[in-house]
Amino acid sequence: MENNEYLEVFIEESKEHIQSLNDQLLVLENEPENMDTVGEIFRSAHTLKGMAATMGFQDLADLTHKMENVLDAVRNDQLKITTDIIDVIFQAVDQLEGMVLDIAEGGDGSSDVQELVNTLQAIESNQGVVSVNELTKETKPESSDQAHFYQFDQFELAIIDQSKENGFENLEVTVKLNENCLLKAARVYMVFEVLEQIGEVIKADPTVQDLEEENFDLQFHVLLVTKDSAEDVKQKILKVSEIEEVIVSTFEQDKNVQANNDENNKVEKESIESKESSQNKNADDSKKKTGKGVTSKTIRVNIDRLDGLMNLFEELVIDRGRLEQISANLKHADLQETVERMSRISGDLQNIILNMRMVPIEQVFNRFPRMVRQLSKDLGKKINLDIIGAETELDRTVIDEIGDPLVHLIRNALDHGIETPEKRQEAGKKEEGDLLLEAYHSGNHVFIEISDDGAGINREKVVNKAISNHVITEEEASQLTDKQVYQLIMSSGFSTADTISDVSGRGVGLDVVKNTIESLGGTITIESEEGKGSLFSIQLPLTLSIISVLLVEVEKEKYAIPLSSIIETAIISKSEILNAHNKKVIDFRGKVVPLIDLKNVFEVPTEKQDDEFYSIVIIRKGDRMAGLVVDTFIGQQEIVLKSLGDYLGDVFAISGATILGDGQVALIVDTNTLIN
Amino acid sequence: MKEVTSNHQSIIIELDKEEYAIPVEVVGAIERMQHITRVPKTANFVKGVINLRGVVTPIIDLRERFGMESMEQTESTRIIIIHMDKYDVGFIVDAAYDVLDIPEEAIEPAPQVIGTVDADYIGGVAKVDKRLIMLLELEKVLSQETYHAAIPGQEG
Repeated sequence: MENNEYLEVFIEESKEHIQSLNDQLLVLENEPENMDTVGEIFRSAHTLKGMAATMGFQDLADLTHKMENVLDAVRNDQLKITTDIIDVIFQAVDQLEGMVLDIAEGGDGSSDVQELVNTLQAIESNQGVVSVNELTKETKPESSDQAHFYQFDQFELAIIDQSKENGFENLEVTVKLNENCLLKAARVYMVFEVLEQIGEVIKADPTVQDLEEENFDLQFHVLLVTKDSAEDVKQKILKVSEIEEVIVSTFEQDKNVQANNDENNKVEKESIESKESSQNKNADDSKKKTGKGVTSKTIRVNIDRLDGLMNLFEELVIDRGRLEQISANLKHADLQETVERMSRISGDLQNIILNMRMVPIEQVFNRFPRMVRQLSKDLGKKINLDIIGAETELDRTVIDEIGDPLVHLIRNALDHGIETPEKRQEAGKKEEGDLLLEAYHSGNHVFIEISDDGAGINREKVVNKAISNHVITEEEASQLTDKQVYQLIMSSGFSTADTISDVSGRGVGLDVVKNTIESLGGTITIESEEGKGSLFSIQLPLTLSIISVLLVEVEKEKYAIPLSSIIETAIISKSEILNAHNKKVIDFRGKVVPLIDLKNVFEVPTEKQDDEFYSIVIIRKGDRMAGLVVDTFIGQQEIVLKSLGDYLGDVFAISGATILGDGQVALIVDTNTLIN
Repeated sequence: MKEVTSNHQSIIIELDKEEYAIPVEVVGAIERMQHITRVPKTANFVKGVINLRGVVTPIIDLRERFGMESMEQTESTRIIIIHMDKYDVGFIVDAAYDVLDIPEEAIEPAPQVIGTVDADYIGGVAKVDKRLIMLLELEKVLSQETYHAAIPGQEG
């Protein structure tokens, strides 16, 4: 393979296009008349074909080419979209995906595409005439009215092109500032604020940077993509004071479109070009999401490099802690000031690095609509899948791991949760089962919830199974709460299906899901009501390596308690401690909270006598709380999570270690295991 | 440990006045005693963890691991940092001194019982000049079964 250096880009982009094909096909199935969607699909297929042909993957190119022909027939009203056609195209997309995966794994991407090609050909020829000459098909109306903008890069062209098809106006706005305007940059800023609210600025003349630096006279031009009318735009801008005049005209651009189109065919020939094309893709993506254009440009970075950056930064955080401590001890004014500044800057840096690693969970979620469609067909069930919060961001490392567990849970919900339409009708429910996939942030955690309105979990069945599998004894079973019973289905070797189906009977149970989630530092809980449905709730940490903690001291030992699990700290006098069932509890804002003495839990060698006052850290796990008794609070600090190493493995109530400012190791308390 | 070279280059350590050999390839560093952070609920011979240039490293007291009486640390007490395939750990030893070439022919199989140490950890005994040096079988020293068996209050 001569094109090795482009192979990675090719694979990445192919995957994106395949995903987009999947997404758009699902949309098309629901709205067969939507020509915009057909256009989207056509473009993705077209780009994919061009890329595959350039890279020399002939089978891939052939298959996409036939797909494209069918789509073109649809576009030209020669063919009506039916579920059958969509099924065939889905099959083709599946095969494409297989081929791309094969290439990614070092194969040559060859595959027997003949059958599908024939089928596609049949679909296409049923409807008679279809133009084969796709390459020059996509032309745009031409016009030659150009004023200030005639130099565009491919990225901008893509947006302009796209926005028109999506019903946006491309407006050229000329703003003239008042002659005695004092703060020109500020005015420009305000104008841009207004513009940003009504649309997206694609290009500015002079450039935005020049505008910010006041490198212009009194007049500037911007190219705006908006849904507002020219007059509205004008009125809105005139609301900003010290504006002399606003001229808004429709912007028409031409010829370049053709160039843009051809560019798809020679993509990959230059690395710069391929980067731009990925930007095109990104532009497309967010357009779908927001219905707006895109202002920021992106660059693809290898995750290894980000990991390297992260590792270096972790070292820096440790040294920062050390410097802070040294400067606090020395009390040297200049040093303190410098260290403070450095702390602030590295804090900002930390945010940037962490944000850089954040990826919307959409990446994982977007494969589910397709999966659910296929599964519900296979299982003969009717499912309505809703996805909420796909834009929720998670650390890249978590994203990579969370996909498989979610697939498992969704399969589980479809297979065991939601009943067949007949059964649902008997139970007086609507035929179509609801499956809701939701992601949201809360505190330092991300929650992912999968809920269905299916049959729920049958407590008795679970208990019986658990007893027959020797997971629990009969005696234990009678004492378990519902929640504890549901947790049982995640113990190893457990499956509630009466018959092992093709879908979930793969020899791995929910225990794998649980393990994966726990290895990410997360938890999973199950709620269920028989006949009404179940809810699987996954809680995950936002990032994996740098966390905020409260450092506390117990005798001479220092421990770190993650801030995410702390509600607040309190100092109470001995007299406020009550006894309930031989357990020490306190009354915390009207709630009875049990006390856990860290000294006892960690068997700290004690010297001191009991104080008159207790320092207490109130922690929580879900809706339960506990108070950790410590000796002193040291303070809040950002720390780098380190493992204790394989030799020690799992240590009770310790989730890891960190290195403090003085170079010593402090242990991180796993509060979740303390509340049980 | 399984190599068939004719010489075993080893670091010689001292425990309770006897000499033991650790293959030089696995020794990463020899450190002076430093603050050790105790880790609760681990085996009693695990003294805790230290910060070894940014890596949190567990520390094992070899005396306690071998069931000898523990000793106050002295000027000569050392921590030997070991890098194995699976684990990075440190051993507390009474002293560590020289690097010695132990000729293959000087090594004899371990007798059943030597002193207080269970022969299980001893891969062989070498006679070099007039010294008797025991070759440590590190995989056995670090076996997870032994580790788990030594955690107080853990059933099974």
